[in-house]
Amino acid sequence: MSEYFEVFLSGLLLGGMYGLIALGLNLQYGVARILNLSYGEFLIGGAFVAFFTITGITISIFGVAIVALPPLNPLLSLLLGPPIAFAMNWLIYQFLMVPLIRRAPDQDVLDADVVLVTFGLLFVFQGLALVQWSGDLRSYEFLAVPVKVAGATVPLNRLLAFVGACALAIALFLVLRHTRFGSALRAITIDPVAASLVGVDVRKYSALAFAVGGALAAASGMLVSTFNSFSATTGVEYTLKALIVVILAGVGRVTGTLAAGLLLGVVEQLGGKLIDHSLTIAINFGLFMLVLLLRPTGLFTRA
Amino acid sequence: MLEQLQRNPWLAALLALGTIALVLLPRIASDYVISLFISLYAYIALATAWSFFSGTTRYISLATAAFFGVGIYALAIGHVYLHISLALLAAALAGFLVALVVGLSTLRLRGVYFVVFTFGLTELLHQVINWWGIKSGTMTRYMFIDVSNVSIYETLLATALVAILGSWYVSTTRLGYALRAIGEDETVARHTGINTTLIKIACFAVSAAVMAFVGAALALRYSYIDASIAFNNSWSFEVLIAALLGGGGRAWGPAVGAIPLVLLKEYLAGSRYFSIALGLCFVVIVYLIPGGISPLLERYYRPRDWPRAFEAGSQYVRRLGADAANWLKAGYARLNGQRKM
Repeated sequence: MSEYFEVFLSGLLLGGMYGLIALGLNLQYGVARILNLSYGEFLIGGAFVAFFTITGITISIFGVAIVALPPLNPLLSLLLGPPIAFAMNWLIYQFLMVPLIRRAPDQDVLDADVVLVTFGLLFVFQGLALVQWSGDLRSYEFLAVPVKVAGATVPLNRLLAFVGACALAIALFLVLRHTRFGSALRAITIDPVAASLVGVDVRKYSALAFAVGGALAAASGMLVSTFNSFSATTGVEYTLKALIVVILAGVGRVTGTLAAGLLLGVVEQLGGKLIDHSLTIAINFGLFMLVLLLRPTGLFTRA
Repeated sequence: MLEQLQRNPWLAALLALGTIALVLLPRIASDYVISLFISLYAYIALATAWSFFSGTTRYISLATAAFFGVGIYALAIGHVYLHISLALLAAALAGFLVALVVGLSTLRLRGVYFVVFTFGLTELLHQVINWWGIKSGTMTRYMFIDVSNVSIYETLLATALVAILGSWYVSTTRLGYALRAIGEDETVARHTGINTTLIKIACFAVSAAVMAFVGAALALRYSYIDASIAFNNSWSFEVLIAALLGGGGRAWGPAVGAIPLVLLKEYLAGSRYFSIALGLCFVVIVYLIPGGISPLLERYYRPRDWPRAFEAGSQYVRRLGADAANWLKAGYARLNGQRKM
């Protein structure tokens, strides 16, 4: 029994990570209605910033060292990565997405255009990262110490990511529930046209939601990089995982995202234990396809 | 297209000569050129097959690599038991059947959900086949098939031509109108009495059969395969780009888009910049040429204007020549004048 409890617990921790990486995507897709397939690249960007923070970095231009940073605590990278991602995503929304939204006659056409452009951005970002940092897998050690939780042993960095996921989900939930900004976002999620009729600046708030989603991607990238190795090309895996979680949860459901992530993590771990560990990705996709076919609006939506 | 050709004997002659030249090409070309053309035909056939279903109905599919991979595996298993040509047909049949099953369950998903689903399908097949390979100890399958490059060249040339002609023929029939109606507005199409489900599934499966056939034909050149070779997602993306670059609405559109893509791939082969170039292609297509190249070509292709254009061009060249001569004369005179002083 305790063997299964440990599997369950590791499933929960894994699921916390899934929920974490999907939060930002759900904000981007749920509120701004832009399916950003280059989402994972921002996550990897956050991971790279964390990596260079802990290893230290010398930034040089034309071979002349400009700034030399000593190795620092990777948590400090949260001060740098997310703001950069915020700015980049805001610019992407304002300058790349808005023209498409203006031009599209309906959501179907817009979706097709957005999928193509964000795929393009995915390849461009990934290509730039490959040229700059090569395709090597990278990892670093941070808080890799065991802790006892309810009789089972778990690594502290995974626990940190789990706590981070819960904290971010709760914070996001509170902001959405209790602030003016949050109610504007919720109004846009439900109906952008109606929201603009009651005086919500849809373009401004959608851009902000999109940018916050990007910042969350970078923050989750930092947390995930403490225990998962990453490279310039692994971003798309996270995008897919996040997308699965978002569709499981239902588009625009913040608390549902965390729940769906936890469900996916537990199912993956238990399924791996019961059937075969090399089939975990197949189990993931199996669950995803089942939900798509049976309940395409997501598990955590009101019918 | 047929009327266009009747009105346009120049174009008809050009196409006929072009086809004959392509059939005769392997007799004089080097192995490298033959390989380049094989990959060109493969992309043309794949992009045409993709466009036949996804271009008209606007169900953007990323399952090209899935059906392509099914074809490769069907050949790898089939060639042991069957004659090569039968194994190729079996591969097409396998693609058809897989698409039938997938289509029955998924074609009611629209928009982004369909895109994501088809992308996931490739990953799923990849993982399952990989797992099966590990279980059965056949993770890499070696193939010893003795087929010359020229036969593969001819097979794929025929496939590409059949794909283009078939897709053109269908576009002139009631079925073609039905497909376009689904792309315009599926609800309206259903209400005008079109059996949308049947049409979508049948066309999806036919297009998958072509993709599987192309996969199998290309695999004739491989000496071994594994799941990551067969189910490589980049096939889906590149075929999508070729089809969109060429533009829908015309049977020859995807073929036109495949040419620059294959040349770009060849030029940047193995380069670190290929991924960036590919990404920029996507962005350029969406913002600058959302309709693809083929409408542009059609707009600038006016043989009736050719004599006048030729006249204008030669006049321009003559004037340029006269200007240059005057300029030279003036310079020479100035030089002479300076020398006298």
